[in-house]
Amino acid sequence: MGSLIPQFALDLWNGLPVELQTVVTHVFKIVIVLLPLILAVAFSTYFERKIIGYMQRRIGPNRVGPLGLGQPFADVIKLLIKEVVIPTRSNRFLFLIAPLLSLIPAFATWAVIPLNDTFVIADINAGLLYVLALTSLGVYGVILAGWATNSKYAFLGAMRSAAQIVAYEIAMGFALVGVLMAGGSLNLGDIVRAQEGGITSWFWLPLLPLFVVYFISGVAETNRAPFDVAEGESEIVAGFHVEYSGVAFALFFLAEYANMLLISALTSIFFLGGWASPFEGLTFLGDGSFLREPSLMWLCLKIAFFMFVFFWLRATFPRYRYDQIMRLGWKVFIPVTLVWIAVEALMAWLQVGPWAA
Amino acid sequence: MLENYLPILIFLGIAALVGLVLMGLGFLFGRGEKDAEKLSAYECGFEPFEDTRMKFDVRYYLVAILFIIFDLEIAFLFPWAVSLDLVGGFGLVAMGIFLAVLVVGFIYEWKKGALEWD
Repeated sequence: MGSLIPQFALDLWNGLPVELQTVVTHVFKIVIVLLPLILAVAFSTYFERKIIGYMQRRIGPNRVGPLGLGQPFADVIKLLIKEVVIPTRSNRFLFLIAPLLSLIPAFATWAVIPLNDTFVIADINAGLLYVLALTSLGVYGVILAGWATNSKYAFLGAMRSAAQIVAYEIAMGFALVGVLMAGGSLNLGDIVRAQEGGITSWFWLPLLPLFVVYFISGVAETNRAPFDVAEGESEIVAGFHVEYSGVAFALFFLAEYANMLLISALTSIFFLGGWASPFEGLTFLGDGSFLREPSLMWLCLKIAFFMFVFFWLRATFPRYRYDQIMRLGWKVFIPVTLVWIAVEALMAWLQVGPWAA
Repeated sequence: MLENYLPILIFLGIAALVGLVLMGLGFLFGRGEKDAEKLSAYECGFEPFEDTRMKFDVRYYLVAILFIIFDLEIAFLFPWAVSLDLVGGFGLVAMGIFLAVLVVGFIYEWKKGALEWD
């Protein structure tokens, strides 16, 4: 370590006040999470187009760079040099603040996501409450965008999206209560640690209905197909962001994909053992084999799997009708989660599953 | 304790900065000529007939109210769920009664048709 960093830099660092040192360390940690996150968002758009392309027997983007891998960067540059149009009848301030309001929570929630056993930016005790609070804030961006635009399509999209997000948030919240009952802590790292002991002791098995409800609610929360009535192209053009162009639109896009990655990460952490390896119990792989060790790689693989499911759903299912969405949220998911919370209470009482003493 | 939350504050700041910088770059590079037609609200080529902020279906309002009730319920469930092994049988029964009251309300609104959407 010492040989890598020149002496004058070390002196400079040690000369800084302690408060400044901690702040700089935090900023450094945040940057090494945020940069890969933004890159992951960029390449998610590429893989989405590629995967859906192959599912429809097309090739997908293949012109920019080898295999089309330069496509995300070309998209970013194009969006940057496009004009930002602010409609005359809109509220300028709200119109411009709305994309920021969806972007900031989508990024800042990553502060409490544990990437492995030791690395987490903010190891707070109320981690899950923070996640719940920030993911709820995302809806403000959508509502403000629809309201500030002052266009009927945008307004309709915002109303639909708000009611839908709100309905699925309840199912999501109940599913989280189930996770809490099994994990016994609000700290995300402790929830993962409570799932130690191989693939069968991860929470997906004892909480199977909640796992399904949580992920599908996540798809509905992020306004993704088949729940994308908020921007249903064939009905209301593009919904709440119909008037957004250039970078303002890119920010909504960034927020949507960051939220998808977040839902994937949270589902992995709550139900699939986070950074734990699925091959933990396979002794024939040998001692200390990297396949059996818990590591960041496993979390990334799980996130990638759920991202693939997002794209898969989009390529497979036609869009739900609005009344069907509301029925699924209120009349199927909420009763299922309520029943499973009661079942869990019973399991805890009888000390079976994760509660075995 | 509280210093654990400092990185979150910094993260919020950096996230806002990223958004603002991108927005600024967009305004810097993305210039174009504006005219009245381009700046008007998109309504398939027509002039908007009436104000957008019109009367709207009351069911959305109803959904919002139901959301508040259920979200509060979730907020009450959180501390109970975390301390499940401490509250014991008494805690289970107490939460059972609390949930039962709300489930009765849920069944009532279901039967009343508050959840119907057509």
